[in-house]
Amino acid sequence: MTVQQSDLKLDGNAIGGLLREIFTMEMTAAEGTCSSCGKVHAVGQVEVYMNAPGVVVRCPACGQVQMRIVKGGGRYWLDLSGIRCLEFSSE
Amino acid sequence: MSFISRGFRGKRRDTASSSRLPPGQYIVTDYPVLSAGPTPRIPLNEWTFVIEGEIDKPRSWNWEEFRKLPTEQVTKDIHCVTKWSKFDTGWTGVSMDKILEGVETAAEYTVQFSYGGYTTNLPLEDLTGGKAWVVYEFDGQPLHPEHGGPARMLVPHLYFWKSAKWIRGIRLVNEDEPGFWETNGYHNYGDPWREQRYWGD
Ligand SMILES: [Zn+2]
Repeated sequence: MTVQQSDLKLDGNAIGGLLREIFTMEMTAAEGTCSSCGKVHAVGQVEVYMNAPGVVVRCPACGQVQMRIVKGGGRYWLDLSGIRCLEFSSE
Repeated sequence: MSFISRGFRGKRRDTASSSRLPPGQYIVTDYPVLSAGPTPRIPLNEWTFVIEGEIDKPRSWNWEEFRKLPTEQVTKDIHCVTKWSKFDTGWTGVSMDKILEGVETAAEYTVQFSYGGYTTNLPLEDLTGGKAWVVYEFDGQPLHPEHGGPARMLVPHLYFWKSAKWIRGIRLVNEDEPGFWETNGYHNYGDPWREQRYWGD
Protein backbone atom coordinates (compact mmCIF):
# COMPACT_ATOMS: atom_id res chain seq x y z
CA MET A 1 0.00 0.00 0.00
CA THR A 2 1.28 3.46 -0.82
CA VAL A 3 -0.08 6.60 0.70
CA GLN A 4 -0.59 9.82 -1.18
CA GLN A 5 -0.40 13.08 0.70
CA SER A 6 -3.79 14.67 0.51
CA ASP A 7 -4.49 18.26 -0.39
CA LEU A 8 -6.61 18.27 2.72
CA LYS A 9 -3.55 18.15 4.95
CA LEU A 10 -2.76 21.34 6.91
CA ASP A 11 -0.14 22.18 9.53
CA GLY A 12 -0.66 22.73 13.24
CA ASN A 13 -1.20 26.47 12.90
CA ALA A 14 -4.65 25.57 11.51
CA ILE A 15 -5.74 24.49 14.98
CA GLY A 16 -4.05 27.34 16.88
CA GLY A 17 -7.43 28.96 17.55
CA LEU A 18 -9.12 25.74 18.61
CA LEU A 19 -6.30 24.85 21.04
CA ARG A 20 -6.39 28.37 22.46
CA GLU A 21 -10.08 27.82 23.23
CA ILE A 22 -9.32 24.56 25.04
CA PHE A 23 -6.08 25.46 26.86
CA THR A 24 -6.86 29.20 27.14
CA MET A 25 -3.32 29.95 25.99
CA GLU A 26 -1.27 29.96 22.81
CA MET A 27 -0.26 26.35 22.09
CA THR A 28 1.39 26.30 18.65
CA ALA A 29 4.87 26.54 20.21
CA ALA A 30 4.11 23.67 22.65
CA GLU A 31 6.17 20.54 21.99
CA GLY A 32 4.66 17.08 21.91
CA THR A 33 6.45 13.74 22.13
CA CYS A 34 4.92 11.12 19.80
CA SER A 35 3.81 8.08 21.77
CA SER A 36 4.54 5.90 18.74
CA CYS A 37 7.97 6.98 17.42
CA GLY A 38 9.18 9.22 20.26
CA LYS A 39 10.05 12.17 18.03
CA VAL A 40 9.31 15.66 19.32
CA HIS A 41 7.47 18.25 17.22
CA ALA A 42 6.09 21.68 17.93
CA VAL A 43 2.29 21.75 17.64
CA GLY A 44 2.67 24.17 14.74
CA GLN A 45 4.55 21.48 12.76
CA VAL A 46 2.15 18.57 13.09
CA GLU A 47 -0.13 17.31 10.29
CA VAL A 48 -3.74 18.34 10.64
CA TYR A 49 -6.82 16.93 8.90
CA MET A 50 -9.92 19.03 9.49
CA ASN A 51 -12.30 17.86 6.74
CA ALA A 52 -13.61 15.11 8.95
CA PRO A 53 -16.19 14.69 11.73
CA GLY A 54 -13.46 15.98 14.06
CA VAL A 55 -9.90 17.28 13.90
CA VAL A 56 -7.23 14.62 13.47
CA VAL A 57 -3.60 15.49 14.28
CA ARG A 58 -0.89 13.17 12.98
CA CYS A 59 2.84 12.86 13.65
CA PRO A 60 4.85 14.33 10.74
CA ALA A 61 7.50 11.63 11.26
CA CYS A 62 5.48 8.41 11.53
CA GLY A 63 1.87 9.32 10.65
CA GLN A 64 0.46 8.04 13.94
CA VAL A 65 -2.69 9.78 15.21
CA GLN A 66 -1.56 12.11 18.02
CA MET A 67 -4.75 13.98 18.88
CA ARG A 68 -8.43 13.77 18.05
CA ILE A 69 -10.54 16.79 18.85
CA VAL A 70 -14.31 16.79 18.52
CA LYS A 71 -16.36 19.88 19.26
CA GLY A 72 -20.13 19.71 19.14
CA GLY A 73 -23.35 20.01 21.08
CA GLY A 74 -21.68 22.43 23.51
CA ARG A 75 -18.84 20.04 24.44
CA TYR A 76 -15.28 19.12 23.52
CA TRP A 77 -13.81 15.63 23.38
CA LEU A 78 -10.04 15.58 23.41
CA ASP A 79 -7.93 12.47 22.92
CA LEU A 80 -4.22 13.08 23.48
CA SER A 81 -3.24 9.43 23.83
CA GLY A 82 -0.93 9.67 20.79
CA ILE A 83 1.16 12.29 22.59
CA ARG A 84 3.23 10.88 25.41
CA CYS A 85 4.17 14.27 26.82
CA LEU A 86 3.17 17.83 25.97
CA GLU A 87 5.56 20.55 27.11
CA PHE A 88 4.47 24.18 27.14
CA SER A 89 5.38 27.43 28.78
CA SER A 90 3.76 28.40 32.08
CA GLU A 91 4.50 32.07 31.52
CA MET B 1 -22.88 29.63 3.31
CA SER B 2 -24.94 31.30 6.04
CA PHE B 3 -27.83 29.76 7.93
CA ILE B 4 -30.12 32.35 6.37
CA SER B 5 -29.47 31.23 2.83
CA ARG B 6 -29.81 27.58 3.87
CA GLY B 7 -33.19 28.28 5.46
CA PHE B 8 -34.35 30.20 2.43
CA ARG B 9 -33.46 27.33 0.14
CA GLY B 10 -35.19 25.00 2.56
CA LYS B 11 -38.50 26.80 2.18
CA ARG B 12 -38.39 26.43 -1.58
CA ARG B 13 -37.80 22.71 -1.35
CA ASP B 14 -40.79 20.55 -2.21
CA THR B 15 -42.30 18.48 0.58
CA ALA B 16 -41.18 15.20 -0.96
CA SER B 17 -37.53 16.13 -0.64
CA SER B 18 -37.99 17.73 2.82
CA SER B 19 -39.33 14.46 4.17
CA ARG B 20 -36.20 12.77 2.85
CA LEU B 21 -33.95 15.16 4.76
CA PRO B 22 -33.09 14.16 8.36
CA PRO B 23 -33.22 16.90 11.04
CA GLY B 24 -30.36 19.41 11.02
CA GLN B 25 -29.12 18.42 7.53
CA TYR B 26 -28.86 20.43 4.30
CA ILE B 27 -28.69 19.19 0.71
CA VAL B 28 -25.53 19.26 -1.41
CA THR B 29 -25.21 18.42 -5.08
CA ASP B 30 -21.42 18.00 -5.10
CA TYR B 31 -19.67 15.23 -3.18
CA PRO B 32 -17.52 16.64 -0.34
CA VAL B 33 -14.36 14.69 0.50
CA LEU B 34 -13.80 13.94 4.17
CA SER B 35 -10.50 12.60 5.37
CA ALA B 36 -8.89 11.86 8.71
CA GLY B 37 -5.51 11.12 7.17
CA PRO B 38 -3.52 10.62 3.98
CA THR B 39 -5.40 8.83 1.20
CA PRO B 40 -4.27 5.18 0.95
CA ARG B 41 -3.63 3.92 -2.59
CA ILE B 42 -4.17 0.17 -2.67
CA PRO B 43 -3.13 -1.60 -5.89
CA LEU B 44 -5.87 -4.03 -6.92
CA ASN B 45 -3.42 -6.96 -6.96
CA GLU B 46 -2.68 -6.31 -3.27
CA TRP B 47 -6.26 -5.70 -2.19
CA THR B 48 -8.05 -8.25 -0.02
CA PHE B 49 -11.29 -8.23 1.91
CA VAL B 50 -11.80 -10.49 4.92
CA ILE B 51 -14.54 -11.56 7.31
CA GLU B 52 -12.87 -12.61 10.58
CA GLY B 53 -13.39 -12.85 14.32
CA GLU B 54 -16.24 -15.00 15.64
CA ILE B 55 -16.41 -17.25 12.62
CA ASP B 56 -15.19 -20.86 12.38
CA LYS B 57 -12.87 -20.01 9.50
CA PRO B 58 -12.09 -16.49 8.19
CA ARG B 59 -13.35 -15.81 4.68
CA SER B 60 -11.29 -13.71 2.35
CA TRP B 61 -11.44 -12.55 -1.24
CA ASN B 62 -8.84 -11.01 -3.49
CA TRP B 63 -10.00 -8.42 -6.02
CA GLU B 64 -10.58 -10.96 -8.79
CA GLU B 65 -12.57 -13.25 -6.51
CA PHE B 66 -14.53 -10.38 -5.04
CA ARG B 67 -15.55 -9.08 -8.46
CA LYS B 68 -17.02 -12.49 -9.30
CA LEU B 69 -19.59 -12.14 -6.53
CA PRO B 70 -23.09 -11.15 -7.66
CA THR B 71 -23.37 -7.37 -7.84
CA GLU B 72 -26.22 -4.97 -7.17
CA GLN B 73 -26.82 -1.42 -8.28
CA VAL B 74 -28.41 0.72 -5.61
CA THR B 75 -29.50 4.35 -5.41
CA LYS B 76 -29.43 5.80 -1.91
CA ASP B 77 -29.52 9.08 0.00
CA ILE B 78 -26.45 9.58 2.18
CA HIS B 79 -26.18 11.72 5.30
CA CYS B 80 -22.90 13.00 6.73
CA VAL B 81 -22.72 13.99 10.40
CA THR B 82 -21.04 17.24 9.28
CA LYS B 83 -24.61 18.08 8.16
CA TRP B 84 -24.60 17.58 4.42
CA SER B 85 -26.93 15.09 2.75
CA LYS B 86 -26.73 13.97 -0.86
CA PHE B 87 -29.75 12.44 -2.55
CA ASP B 88 -29.88 9.65 -5.14
CA THR B 89 -26.27 8.54 -5.06
CA GLY B 90 -25.68 5.56 -7.38
CA TRP B 91 -23.44 2.68 -6.33
CA THR B 92 -22.39 -0.72 -7.61
CA GLY B 93 -21.25 -3.36 -5.18
CA VAL B 94 -21.90 -6.58 -3.33
CA SER B 95 -24.51 -6.79 -0.60
CA MET B 96 -23.37 -7.81 2.87
CA ASP B 97 -26.14 -10.43 2.79
CA LYS B 98 -24.30 -12.09 -0.07
CA ILE B 99 -20.90 -11.72 1.63
CA LEU B 100 -22.19 -13.18 4.90
CA GLU B 101 -24.24 -15.93 3.22
CA GLY B 102 -23.88 -19.18 5.14
CA VAL B 103 -21.76 -17.62 7.91
CA GLU B 104 -22.58 -19.06 11.30
CA THR B 105 -21.73 -16.76 14.15
CA ALA B 106 -22.88 -16.00 17.67
CA ALA B 107 -21.48 -12.46 17.34
CA GLU B 108 -23.93 -9.61 17.62
CA TYR B 109 -21.50 -6.79 16.83
CA THR B 110 -19.09 -5.92 14.04
CA VAL B 111 -16.07 -3.71 13.48
CA GLN B 112 -15.28 -2.43 10.00
CA PHE B 113 -11.53 -1.91 9.59
CA SER B 114 -9.77 -0.10 6.79
CA TYR B 115 -6.49 0.36 5.00
CA GLY B 116 -5.03 3.39 6.79
CA GLY B 117 -6.27 2.28 10.22
CA TYR B 118 -9.84 3.63 10.44
CA THR B 119 -12.43 1.61 12.35
CA THR B 120 -16.16 1.93 12.99
CA ASN B 121 -18.53 -0.36 14.90
CA LEU B 122 -22.06 -1.55 14.14
CA PRO B 123 -24.49 -4.18 15.38
CA LEU B 124 -24.44 -7.12 12.96
CA GLU B 125 -28.15 -6.65 12.25
CA ASP B 126 -27.36 -3.25 10.68
CA LEU B 127 -25.22 -4.96 8.04
CA THR B 128 -27.83 -7.54 7.01
CA GLY B 129 -31.33 -7.47 5.56
CA GLY B 130 -30.51 -5.37 2.49
CA LYS B 131 -29.04 -2.49 4.50
CA ALA B 132 -25.32 -2.60 3.64
CA TRP B 133 -22.99 -3.12 0.69
CA VAL B 134 -19.31 -3.20 -0.18
CA VAL B 135 -19.25 -0.84 -3.17
CA TYR B 136 -16.59 -0.23 -5.80
CA GLU B 137 -18.36 2.04 -8.31
CA PHE B 138 -19.92 5.47 -7.87
CA ASP B 139 -22.14 6.73 -10.71
CA GLY B 140 -20.90 3.86 -12.87
CA GLN B 141 -17.22 4.79 -12.49
CA PRO B 142 -14.54 3.07 -10.38
CA LEU B 143 -14.59 4.58 -6.91
CA HIS B 144 -11.89 7.27 -6.65
CA PRO B 145 -9.36 6.74 -3.83
CA GLU B 146 -10.47 10.04 -2.25
CA HIS B 147 -13.95 8.57 -1.87
CA GLY B 148 -12.66 5.30 -0.47
CA GLY B 149 -11.71 3.26 -3.52
CA PRO B 150 -10.97 0.55 -4.51
CA ALA B 151 -13.91 -0.34 -2.26
CA ARG B 152 -15.78 1.17 0.65
CA MET B 153 -18.72 0.30 2.84
CA LEU B 154 -22.17 1.73 2.14
CA VAL B 155 -24.52 1.71 5.13
CA PRO B 156 -26.84 4.52 4.10
CA HIS B 157 -29.38 4.31 6.95
CA LEU B 158 -26.73 5.61 9.37
CA TYR B 159 -24.49 8.69 9.33
CA PHE B 160 -21.80 8.23 6.72
CA TRP B 161 -18.90 7.85 9.20
CA LYS B 162 -20.43 4.38 9.76
CA SER B 163 -19.53 3.53 6.13
CA ALA B 164 -15.76 2.97 6.20
CA LYS B 165 -13.67 4.08 3.22
CA TRP B 166 -10.82 1.80 1.98
CA ILE B 167 -12.50 -1.20 3.61
CA ARG B 168 -10.16 -4.09 4.40
CA GLY B 169 -12.49 -6.30 6.34
CA ILE B 170 -15.14 -6.85 8.96
CA ARG B 171 -14.53 -8.43 12.35
CA LEU B 172 -17.43 -10.22 14.01
CA VAL B 173 -17.28 -9.67 17.78
CA ASN B 174 -19.27 -10.70 20.85
CA GLU B 175 -18.79 -7.39 22.65
CA ASP B 176 -19.33 -4.00 21.08
CA GLU B 177 -16.00 -2.25 20.32
CA PRO B 178 -16.45 1.49 19.68
CA GLY B 179 -14.39 2.67 16.70
CA PHE B 180 -12.27 5.69 15.72
CA TRP B 181 -14.93 8.39 16.21
CA GLU B 182 -17.19 6.47 18.58
CA THR B 183 -14.41 6.49 21.22
CA ASN B 184 -14.05 10.27 21.04
CA GLY B 185 -17.43 11.95 21.29
CA TYR B 186 -19.44 10.59 18.37
CA HIS B 187 -22.57 8.57 19.00
CA ASN B 188 -22.18 4.82 19.20
CA TYR B 189 -25.05 4.13 16.77
CA GLY B 190 -25.48 7.25 14.60
CA ASP B 191 -29.08 7.24 13.35
CA PRO B 192 -29.56 10.49 11.33
CA TRP B 193 -33.36 10.41 11.80
CA ARG B 194 -32.89 10.56 15.58
CA GLU B 195 -30.01 13.02 15.16
CA GLN B 196 -27.60 10.80 17.08
CA ARG B 197 -24.48 12.86 16.47
CA TYR B 198 -22.68 12.94 19.83
CA TRP B 199 -22.43 10.97 23.06
CA GLY B 200 -25.68 11.40 24.93
CA ASP B 201 -27.76 12.45 21.88
ZN1 LIG C 1 5.58 9.61 15.48
